[in-house]
Amino acid sequence: MSINVIDDLKRAKIVELLDQGQRIDGRAFDEPRKLTVEIDAIPKANGSARVRLGDSEAVCGVKIQPDRPFPDMGDKGIFICTAELLPLSHPSVETGPPGPDVIELARVVDRGIRESHMVDVSQLVIEKDKSVVGVFADIVVVDYDGNLFDACSYAATAAILKSKTPKWELKDDVPTLVEGAEFDLPTTTIPVSVTMAKIGNHILVDPNGDEWDCMDARITITSDSDGNIVALQKGGDSGFTIDEIVKCGELSIKAGAQIRETLKQAGESSQ
Amino acid sequence: MGGRESTLVLLDENGVRCDGRKVDEPRRIMIKAGGLKNADGSAYIEFGDNKILVGVYGPRDVHPKHMADTDTGILRVRYHMEPFSVGERKNPAPSRREIEISKVIKEALLPAVMLEKFPRTAVDVFIEVLQADGGTRCAALSAASVALADAGIPMRDLVAACASGKVADTIILDVNNEEDQAGQADMPIGYMPNLDQITLLQLDGILSPEEFKKCVETGVNGCKLVYDLQKKALTEKYFQNGGEQ
Repeated sequence: MSINVIDDLKRAKIVELLDQGQRIDGRAFDEPRKLTVEIDAIPKANGSARVRLGDSEAVCGVKIQPDRPFPDMGDKGIFICTAELLPLSHPSVETGPPGPDVIELARVVDRGIRESHMVDVSQLVIEKDKSVVGVFADIVVVDYDGNLFDACSYAATAAILKSKTPKWELKDDVPTLVEGAEFDLPTTTIPVSVTMAKIGNHILVDPNGDEWDCMDARITITSDSDGNIVALQKGGDSGFTIDEIVKCGELSIKAGAQIRETLKQAGESSQ
Repeated sequence: MGGRESTLVLLDENGVRCDGRKVDEPRRIMIKAGGLKNADGSAYIEFGDNKILVGVYGPRDVHPKHMADTDTGILRVRYHMEPFSVGERKNPAPSRREIEISKVIKEALLPAVMLEKFPRTAVDVFIEVLQADGGTRCAALSAASVALADAGIPMRDLVAACASGKVADTIILDVNNEEDQAGQADMPIGYMPNLDQITLLQLDGILSPEEFKKCVETGVNGCKLVYDLQKKALTEKYFQNGGEQ
């Protein structure tokens, strides 16, 4: 998502530094930016998190409500994740329907969490084929400094991890709330996405805004708690060699393990 | 990956898949260069039961004008599915899925085309999926490369595409619709064999690091098979003797 235009001088400086083994903000090539997670930032939601990754910030609120199942998935609840860039996040963001960049962002974030089977939708059935529980994780980006894929993904994962779902029962075919029967949203794993930029021959974990604007290509790899790769998306106007892809897979699992700990600790300290 | 339960046997004890293929066997692939009169370049691909038509226009003037780039030509890709291409009628308006696929195909083609030779122009690639049966984005990308070459756009290499995946804990080549719905992983790959560059890569499904590596390698091998057919399609059109020296 290149929402900035970077000047050639800055790009040249970034590339020059990389060739000397340095990043523009002093990080190691495989080092993500500082991640801060605030759980339950929105008490009216069933779960929420406000996440700051470097200077990119996203807020995710989870709303849980009864819904009709998809026609061919009557024995499963619904999980949907959306993402939106708010106009206050950057001067170049305008109101209106989302463009391809934002649509891709939302779909990649959704896919990472969905394919990991983090939310155990089989436990979210009120009555088979009639009524199920829908979990909606809506993410808004409030500040931008590159790599929104990971900022949004961490916000959603952190929010889902500490979500509580109300309980419903069908009475006369109408889902009715059962008072005081709230329980933790059933989850099976903690997916963590790690986005890497390729600039020249260098692979950089968690590119910041300046790096984002001058990268040749990017790759987002999501891994689960067992160290499996569950989703992946390559983007950008250049390619990767097979060796680079395999290296990115290893980097994502390694960097992801640390971030998973940060997300877990944020959840535990909120209790 | 729907991960849906089904009675379908995806891989039997003899290593035969639900449509009779072996694990490393692609579906029947037929690529034809040309075919459309008005387009500057075109291609038609049948990839299993997928039937996809691609037309290329350009380099030509850019409309709206503000999209023009003074340093390079721009590439625009529209991937679109016909309402009759799938089981239940599809709303003809572009869905979010189609917008995302248009974007990843554009980014997969960009490293191949030498647009810097055509500043202030646009090359438009129109992909129409007439019939879909799993793996449309790979088939579409393979056909789009051939159509761009047919339009005479200078290219560094053709982008060949094929998916690999996992069913019944086994890595397979060229995931079909049933395997996509009920299988464990689907990984579409776009690859430029001469330059050893992967330009399209997506994955959904769960893979261990070892399976991940094998899946990439399997898919790349599939791309190389497609690559030969792409070259064959172009030689058949441009050399009357079928390319024989």
